[in-house]
Amino acid sequence: MDTPSQLLQLLFTGLTLGSIYALIGLALVTTFNITGILNLAQGEFVTIGALLAISLYATGLPLAAAFIIAVLLVAALGGVLERCAIQTARQASALTLIIITLGLSIFLRGLALLVWGTETYSLPAFSEGGPLFIGGAAITPQSFWIFGLTALTLAGLYAFFELTYWGKAVKAAVLNRTAARLMGINPNRLSLLAFLASGALGAAAGIFIAPVTMTTYDMGFMLGVKGFVAAVIGGLNNIGGAVLGGILLGILESFSAGLISSGLKDAFAIIILIGVLLVRPQGIIGSLKERKI
Amino acid sequence: MKRSLRKSVMASLLILLLATSVLASGCGSSGDSDGEGVTGEEQYKIGAVLDISGKASSLGTPERDTLQMMVKQLNTQGGINGHQVDLTILDNKSDETEAVLAAKTLIEKDVLAVLGCSSSGPSMAMLNTVQNEKVPMISLAAASSIVEPVSERQWVFKTAQSDKVTVGKITNYLREQNINKVAFLYMNNAYGDGGRKAFSEAAKENNIEVLVEDKFEASDKDMTPQLTRVKASQAEALIIWAIPPSASIATKNFKDLGLTIPLIHSHGVGNQKFIDLAQGAAEGVILPIGKLTVAQQIPDTDPQKEVLQTYINNYTQKYGSPPDSFGGYAWDAFNLVVNAIEKAGPDRAAIRDELEKTQGFTGISGVFNISAQDHNGLDEESMVLVQIKDGKWQLLE
Repeated sequence: MDTPSQLLQLLFTGLTLGSIYALIGLALVTTFNITGILNLAQGEFVTIGALLAISLYATGLPLAAAFIIAVLLVAALGGVLERCAIQTARQASALTLIIITLGLSIFLRGLALLVWGTETYSLPAFSEGGPLFIGGAAITPQSFWIFGLTALTLAGLYAFFELTYWGKAVKAAVLNRTAARLMGINPNRLSLLAFLASGALGAAAGIFIAPVTMTTYDMGFMLGVKGFVAAVIGGLNNIGGAVLGGILLGILESFSAGLISSGLKDAFAIIILIGVLLVRPQGIIGSLKERKI
Repeated sequence: MKRSLRKSVMASLLILLLATSVLASGCGSSGDSDGEGVTGEEQYKIGAVLDISGKASSLGTPERDTLQMMVKQLNTQGGINGHQVDLTILDNKSDETEAVLAAKTLIEKDVLAVLGCSSSGPSMAMLNTVQNEKVPMISLAAASSIVEPVSERQWVFKTAQSDKVTVGKITNYLREQNINKVAFLYMNNAYGDGGRKAFSEAAKENNIEVLVEDKFEASDKDMTPQLTRVKASQAEALIIWAIPPSASIATKNFKDLGLTIPLIHSHGVGNQKFIDLAQGAAEGVILPIGKLTVAQQIPDTDPQKEVLQTYINNYTQKYGSPPDSFGGYAWDAFNLVVNAIEKAGPDRAAIRDELEKTQGFTGISGVFNISAQDHNGLDEESMVLVQIKDGKWQLLE
């Protein structure tokens, strides 16, 4: 393997990893945009979605059916948690709400441990066949599925936020709840919607990555952290930024592990995060100016 | 708005940090005890600290099952010299700190000996505690450094084949195949590091050149970057020192990259989970392993054959699936300590002395000849090379 194809290989790996982080970052940004809450339980939605789909698939259901049922169940779970835990504390400060989501994350992890135990599970790849070779570098079909889901989610969210009335309503509700209420927008319903959507998105991401990363009850935490870093790099309220942040993070991890040393890869991620927070707290794209009233 | 956003980002960072430290330190410990006092004689207490949950759970779970099965059998047969055995098994969550806490809990309960841990890191963490408290400990983990140097590990024994033994088996194979240039990947923990040290020493002695040496984390999801370096090198074989699931992911990445050089694993992948998780990519993998997994294939003349068959039958009857080599480590440790207590009685120092005198004990992992110089007591005879064919272990040559 010569140097150019080695670099290409690292790029492909980085893109796959980056898309995974981007998906979780997207879900975080969506909830944040709608409710102003950073949902630290997002990683657990990913885990539970994947584990549910694996269990359903093991009962003999076709993969597509298992996927749909798992996504719906986790969306419902997101909704129930929002009604029980977030809505009842709606008057509390943002910090309190974030801590509540942390509590939810620990609760869900414990639940997953009780139901599925500590074993590692995995799903078969969605499409048959070995890896493709492009310029001497290999890329698995499952990576394309993950790219596709990321692109589709990005496009869908972009269209929702920028092109629809409801998207605008959502943004208005975050900026000023009272004013939005006066305009006939119900922020409580939007908050429920946000958790339903982030549950579904998290579960879908979890099922798509399960054939690549395998699934354990505790994998959500680390994925949540990486998704959080991706979202912060992107500016936390910018969906394009979250995808860019995730992919940047993935590529950086892959190149630092492949070219320098694998021990440095997490260090690089954290250095970038601190750098972005210090130099451009509005994120690498940053659209905070537009949000000033 | 900008300020509040920044503040909430900082707040979440802080919370994440806190959460990580809580996770790392773990909270509380759970355990279950197995054993009932029915006879008038005083019970003998034995403790075990196993990696039942967390990263090394695929090791700890069969070990727990084996111990529970054996203590039940022993007690129905009348225990040790008429004393029932009270075995307490604690879960260390594959965490070093939890392991030390669990060991201290057991020692406060006046156990005669501590079995465990399942993996090398937590085992190493418990060393100081058992040395200071003068309690015999039998580790089920691989790293040689758990029992070496013996002068500083008077109270510590172990049943898993040391990485030196495993490495010897691998370098022999490499020499036979005329392979002189290899790549070595290991997981970044005590197990992987023990393998790396033992292998780089053995490679030097055998004139084998290590072209690429790199590590990955136990929680890593993709080892393609490290494998890319292997592919770019002139390595004629790859040796991976890890346990599942990361060992399975690395194997899958290896196949996906289209690498065709021989792939050699360590005995850390000696369970069906490794093959299942690798989803077909494990085909052709070569590894040194204890004889248990290929008990049907070894000749009847082998001294271990009968012991292996009995264990397999008992375990399969109780749990519905055949045991793996990790359960075997627990079988050996339990029998070693029971034999020692039988001779020494309920006295920690005497038990330690008896353990050190164990000679010719036929166990699951091999025939143990423990001495004052060697607290593992197994040699290369205890292992065989196997290759994975059609998802099954196949004795090589």
